[in-house]
Amino acid sequence: MSLSPQGRSAASPATNLPPETQREMLRQMLTIRLFEERASADYRAGKIYGVVHCYIGEEGVAVGVCSALGPQDRIISTHRGHGHCIAKGADLPRMMAELYGRQTGYCKGKGGSMHIADFSIGMLGANGIVAGGIPIVTGAGLAAQMEGKGGVAVSFFGDGASNAGPFHECLNIAASWKLPMVYVCENNLYAAQTAAAATHALPDVAARAAGYGIPGEVVDGNDIFAVHQAAHRAVDRARSGGGPSLIECKTYRWRAHTERKGQPDYREQAEIEAWKGRDPIARLERQLREESALDDAELQSMERQITAAIEAAVAFAEASPFPLPEQATDDVFAA
Amino acid sequence: MRELTYDEAAVEAVAEEMRRDPKIFYLSTDPIPPLLREFGPERIRATPIAESAMTGMGIGAAGCGFRPIVDWRQVTFCFVAMDQIVNQAAKIHYMFGGQARFPLLFRATVCGGGRVAAQHSQSPYSMFMNVAGLKMFLASTPYDIKGLIKTAIRDNNPVISFESSRLLRLKGPVPEEDYTIPLGLADIKREGSDVTVVALAWLVHEALAAAEELAKEGISVEVIDPRSLVPLDAGTIRDSVKKTGRLVIADEAGPTAGFSAEVAAVATEDGATFARLKAPVKRVCALPVPIPYSPVLENHVFPDRKRILAGIREVLREGPAQAA
Ligand SMILES: Cc1ncc(C[n+]2csc(CCOP(=O)(O)OP(=O)(O)O)c2C)c(N)n1
Ligand SMILES: [Mg+2]
Repeated sequence: MSLSPQGRSAASPATNLPPETQREMLRQMLTIRLFEERASADYRAGKIYGVVHCYIGEEGVAVGVCSALGPQDRIISTHRGHGHCIAKGADLPRMMAELYGRQTGYCKGKGGSMHIADFSIGMLGANGIVAGGIPIVTGAGLAAQMEGKGGVAVSFFGDGASNAGPFHECLNIAASWKLPMVYVCENNLYAAQTAAAATHALPDVAARAAGYGIPGEVVDGNDIFAVHQAAHRAVDRARSGGGPSLIECKTYRWRAHTERKGQPDYREQAEIEAWKGRDPIARLERQLREESALDDAELQSMERQITAAIEAAVAFAEASPFPLPEQATDDVFAA
Repeated sequence: MRELTYDEAAVEAVAEEMRRDPKIFYLSTDPIPPLLREFGPERIRATPIAESAMTGMGIGAAGCGFRPIVDWRQVTFCFVAMDQIVNQAAKIHYMFGGQARFPLLFRATVCGGGRVAAQHSQSPYSMFMNVAGLKMFLASTPYDIKGLIKTAIRDNNPVISFESSRLLRLKGPVPEEDYTIPLGLADIKREGSDVTVVALAWLVHEALAAAEELAKEGISVEVIDPRSLVPLDAGTIRDSVKKTGRLVIADEAGPTAGFSAEVAAVATEDGATFARLKAPVKRVCALPVPIPYSPVLENHVFPDRKRILAGIREVLREGPAQAA
């Protein structure tokens, strides 16, 4: 597969990843799916406040990319951030406790769904401002370059964010300075209610890479191996001093933009159904079965374990105290 | 003691800190020549004119253990980076529950008088004072700017150094030895007993000139320079007002929801200070207009020693003292 600007990668060939790695990818995607289903249900039950953006349908992107990263690498996320957290190795109980607004949450109840971060694992935070994280993670790329230890920084952002200034400013600066960056556009074809087709001059965000002289590649975001391989190439290039790449993952969110009641969703039901037919999880499951790397018993056991882990996360959240009101004034400034 | 300009003192502060700590690096669209000569292009980086990117990159690098300095140059240029300043830098430590530190110095020139019109003359610090999570200061002397910049670089939070374009070439004594000035500590630039003038930057010097003139008439003016805007040294301001009973606030920004309004509130919402006020608080500020170009217009917009003088005379005329 070529890395030429605007290249479009073919369907992924049979992967040479070891079966344990493939099963781990499946486990992570399933964890995201089941976590999101629970978050959605608990949101509708009034246990989670404000707003939740579900990642269901897009799991192949976060897991495909993060499986190409090491613990020293850093990522930044968006308002739709639970999947990136889980794929980078965040702790489910502390995530759930944050959604529940509890003291034990990742942000001590100050962030909520749109602001989960875990700096200790290189997850520099979900960000509630569209394109707001791109400059920050580009700074992490600069930090990695200056540290000189081969670290890489990955920016996850939506198709909507690719139309905002910071995207262009940062691609230019990262290309000029050969920063060890991977820019991953999750093109789920919509920014809130607005179709990308109505707001993008070109159908492929990856085509914009040419304007910055960096590789740009369109991949099927629902094919986890295609995502993983593209990420792998981009990460290798970044690590070896070759500079940034842009990967556009075509994908789709199954649920409405947010979990809010009465959230408008103008998408055609037929389109939604068609994309559900391209489920990244079912696809990997199928592939693993074909390779005899997974059977019913293994899958059921995996699902049981994940369900138990999510139950435990919810139990932890529910048993955790709310913050004390006066803690509202803590942590405005660092010591 | 040797003398440095305000600008030289600021650069010397940066250079000394950079020698001390290899984690410090500098982002600006136009590197400062002596810094570039000494530290090279790896640490003194010339960025594209992309303030949003450079500001956010400073935040990201800070979160990864570096101590970046982001120099916006004219404060008006940082308005294109408002998201990174207000939504990101100010909130990121709090929003993530204090799990990471963001030691970051922003530098920005403020004030007017340069005949460069509205998009290159502004004193918008109160816009930033209004945002929780940012510390900031505005020095009036070479000595102060050096000590404050050093403190800001060592602080583990985003700190904005607002620097007066009118004072860049002002000379003053700066010791050779290492010293710092804490944030949140005002400086009494002149002691007096009849009226307190709280002033910032260039207007500190104008207030001192006004005080000198009034001294000839036997009027004793105390001039306080808060230096640090956030945190603000309310104690020193209140103690002075309790002593003099009269308060004039001089600021090159407009009055509306401004620094001057904050100082007036600091004085009047404290019962003990309020009880000692003998006259209404007087603000001497810029007119509420974008800064115009023509010298005739620009001079008319800004307060100066004459207006400070008039303000002082006004508070001396008013209130019980006048009745007595
Ligand atoms: C600067 C800014 N403008 C508007 C919004 C409101 N908003 C939140 S998500 C969103 C759509 C983002 O679309 P995209 O980047 O494609 O991400 P997706 O939701 O599809 O994952 C909008 C408009 C925002 N959060 N930030
Ligand atoms: Mg989208």
